[in-house]
Amino acid sequence: MIELLVSIVTACLILAGAGFALVAAIGLNRFPEVFTRMHAASKAGTVGSGLLLLAVGLHAGDLSTFARAIAGFLFFVLTAPVSAHLLAMAAYKVGYRLGDDSICDEMKRYKSGIQSSLRQK
Amino acid sequence: MTAAAFILGLATWLGFVILGLAFLLTIWRVIQGPTLADRVVALDMLTGIVIGFIALIAIRTGFNLYIDIAISLGLVGFLATVAFARFILSRGSVPRSAEGGVAETAESQAATSGKKKQAPARKAAATGKVGAGKAATGKGRK
Repeated sequence: MIELLVSIVTACLILAGAGFALVAAIGLNRFPEVFTRMHAASKAGTVGSGLLLLAVGLHAGDLSTFARAIAGFLFFVLTAPVSAHLLAMAAYKVGYRLGDDSICDEMKRYKSGIQSSLRQK
Repeated sequence: MTAAAFILGLATWLGFVILGLAFLLTIWRVIQGPTLADRVVALDMLTGIVIGFIALIAIRTGFNLYIDIAISLGLVGFLATVAFARFILSRGSVPRSAEGGVAETAESQAATSGKKKQAPARKAAATGKVGAGKAATGKGRK
């Protein structure tokens, strides 16, 4: 009975994780430019792989594997925003512009300073 | 075959199909992505999907050792993305169209001949559309 329950929960986690990955891939293709694509890739993609790792931990039924799965999930959740932010900052600094659908660019007033600092380097 | 094993087998099979679809869509963005940053974002996403694949293989085969491989692949993917970000930064400013529109990168010139044919059309479309869009939004906000 408990085995059936665990496998149902694991199956739900697998399907949810794969669905999140698919949604992230669709978003990657549908969004207009790089800064919005980053949203899809770094949020939905991270949740997708994290849920699949949790499914492994739950399926194993073993505390050490479950702890490793939780550690991996936390690691992805911690590193995905960092890498996405680094990438967005680098792309903005070298001059990739926002798409024509975006209405607000809060970094605009720093643009001249950013460009000049890049030129000095 | 018990009911639990049947549910799990069905879920992993469906998960493989969905993840494969996501993988193909992401590869399409890597191939097509107009700028280098798009390709780097898609490669980052590709790492996440492969981690999902490894997790599904771990469930299907029962080898829990695969989870360590998934974690180390995540580490390598993170470092690769950081290195790519530094590379984009150190490559310097991208040449772009006069109206400050969508960035046109240098790699479109270095790309294959098939890409070369598409590049001028895309550039023309970008300058025309973006100029009008920027002007409209600017007026609207003021």
